[in-house]
Amino acid sequence: MSPNQSFELCLRMGDNALILGQRLAEWCGHGPILEQDIALTNISLDLIGQSRLWLSLAGQIEGQGRDEDKLAFFRDSNEFRHLNLCEQPNGHWGTTLMRQFLFDAFHLPLLEQLCKVEDQQVASIAQKSVKEVRYHLRWSSEWVVRLGAGTDESHEKMQQALLDVWPFAGEAIQPNAFDLELTETCPPYNVQAVNKAWWSSVNEVFNQANLDVPEANWAPQKGREGIHTERLGFILAEMQFLPRAYPDAQW
Amino acid sequence: MEQADLQRLFDSKIEQEIRIEPKDWMPEAYRKNNLRQISQHAHSEIVGMLPEANWISRAPSLRRKVALLAKVQDEAGHGLYLYSAAETLGTSRDEMLEDLNSGKAKYSSIFNYPTLNWADIGAVGWLVDGAAITNQVALCRTSYGPYARAMVRVCKEESFHQRQGYEIMMSMAFGTPEQKQMAQDALNRWWWPALMMFGPNDSESPHSQQSLNWKIKRVSNDDLRQEFIDKSIPQVEYLGLTLPDPDLKWNEERGHYDFGPIDWEEFYRVISGNGPCNKDRLEARNKAHNDGAWVREAAMAFAEKRQTNVA
Amino acid sequence: MNSKNWPLFEVFIRSKNGLSHKHVGSLHAADPAMALENARDVYCRRNEGVSIWVVPSDHITASDPGDAEELYEPARDKIYRHPTFYTIPDEIGHM
Repeated sequence: MSPNQSFELCLRMGDNALILGQRLAEWCGHGPILEQDIALTNISLDLIGQSRLWLSLAGQIEGQGRDEDKLAFFRDSNEFRHLNLCEQPNGHWGTTLMRQFLFDAFHLPLLEQLCKVEDQQVASIAQKSVKEVRYHLRWSSEWVVRLGAGTDESHEKMQQALLDVWPFAGEAIQPNAFDLELTETCPPYNVQAVNKAWWSSVNEVFNQANLDVPEANWAPQKGREGIHTERLGFILAEMQFLPRAYPDAQW
Repeated sequence: MEQADLQRLFDSKIEQEIRIEPKDWMPEAYRKNNLRQISQHAHSEIVGMLPEANWISRAPSLRRKVALLAKVQDEAGHGLYLYSAAETLGTSRDEMLEDLNSGKAKYSSIFNYPTLNWADIGAVGWLVDGAAITNQVALCRTSYGPYARAMVRVCKEESFHQRQGYEIMMSMAFGTPEQKQMAQDALNRWWWPALMMFGPNDSESPHSQQSLNWKIKRVSNDDLRQEFIDKSIPQVEYLGLTLPDPDLKWNEERGHYDFGPIDWEEFYRVISGNGPCNKDRLEARNKAHNDGAWVREAAMAFAEKRQTNVA
Repeated sequence: MNSKNWPLFEVFIRSKNGLSHKHVGSLHAADPAMALENARDVYCRRNEGVSIWVVPSDHITASDPGDAEELYEPARDKIYRHPTFYTIPDEIGHM
């Protein structure tokens, strides 16, 4: 993997984890029951922890003196490389879990691929993260099934949540130029394998949840190239406000 | 056994520091008193998540963000341990939550104050958790077994909370002039409410004497408050900040700090619902509970369906 | 609405292999599988365990404290069950 490639990859991985972790953290104190408030916060903590590793590595590869915080708090929205799925609003518990499942189903096979790449620093972050994410996927799959097949009301809410979140899911598995380049130059990384694993989780879980899988005619999303939805500006305005208002301060 | 014998057995256990366990006979008033105190304590933990969670999305570094998130999550855990302890007294968590959400049950009035700048997160961790720990360390020896065990677990976990808060205060107090000003502002607003956390003066505290006799409470409100003040002052001095109490001075004779009068009128006003954030806090708790109803119901329905399919 | 409340489970955790599971507290869950995960999320956040048991609280049968005298006191004077009851000369060494 060239330094440019690993820098780009680290930003993608780090930004996915950071923005989704930031979204999940909004739930803290507002969950449907204490046990699940705690469970979701664990996932948020895992993700923000992963983002620190990825962003630190990105800064190190870049060699311009940017650390995790410089990258998290001093980039503008067009410099963020996460999937637009990650920045979509929490909605209700079912929407959050739907978004989580669609992300986890992509995140896990992606990390499994990265565990095996030659770049040792990338592989080692992936190896640490993959254990956390295996649990995330298990947990979010169970919740999607539970709510999809729970009561009539919950079924309806989940079907609607799927329709709401689905338009943003395609970006995860539609390779862009960078994915194709990585697949070509960094075996065993293979974007098609991620795609295949995602579909297999999606079909299996939605089948168990009695949810209809919508058609895969996705609108183009270009979060990975820095073109985000209107949501991101507000996330960043909130997240970055202190370090930007007091750029000389140490916290 | 006759009622009088049961009472004698109970009294002698209290006397000999033998813990009372859920299935043991206990006077109804003892049960009620414990239930009230433990459930209020649990409510305080979960309402207490709100003012701090207010700053998670704005934490100024990723290290601070994970620390704060983990801390607020701990409070949820502590609420959970305490509700579990209270449930052994025969009232379900849902019943307790109903009392909280309807405004019938009380929680610590400190959480009705707002967190207005980032240093508030430091001040809350340092002073509010510090005051809570002072109280909770004493409660590790409380006479009701499940409550004492919950407190031991809570105290173990909370040891990082106060350090987390003080570390934030240090970076603010030793930081830029604006940061130092935020730190002083936060201290000014949190100091007096933190002192009120120990409750009314012993002479005014309605449940205190009975609770002490039953060893539910182990140290009186005023003694705990004094202990907290004595511990905190060197910490304030280290930060180079000033406490908002002109009467504060060391009393050689007592071996303690003297301090100015507490505004109990404010305390009772906040407790009875007229604090700066009472309405917001209750609304947030009610919203979370009501919005979660369909989720809890669906999970139960799914579990029942699966049970039937297996059987 | 009460019937919809999640039941209570007791949680037992083995802190490391070689030790037995120990009661650590309780929690609510819709079913046993969820109770296991909740136990992991609630009670194992600080590396506390390597194995978890959960048991529905209403499946536990507990002795009655009122029976304490007849249940436990008879064992108190059976001191011949303890090694110190028997006298062995010092020169025999540890036995």
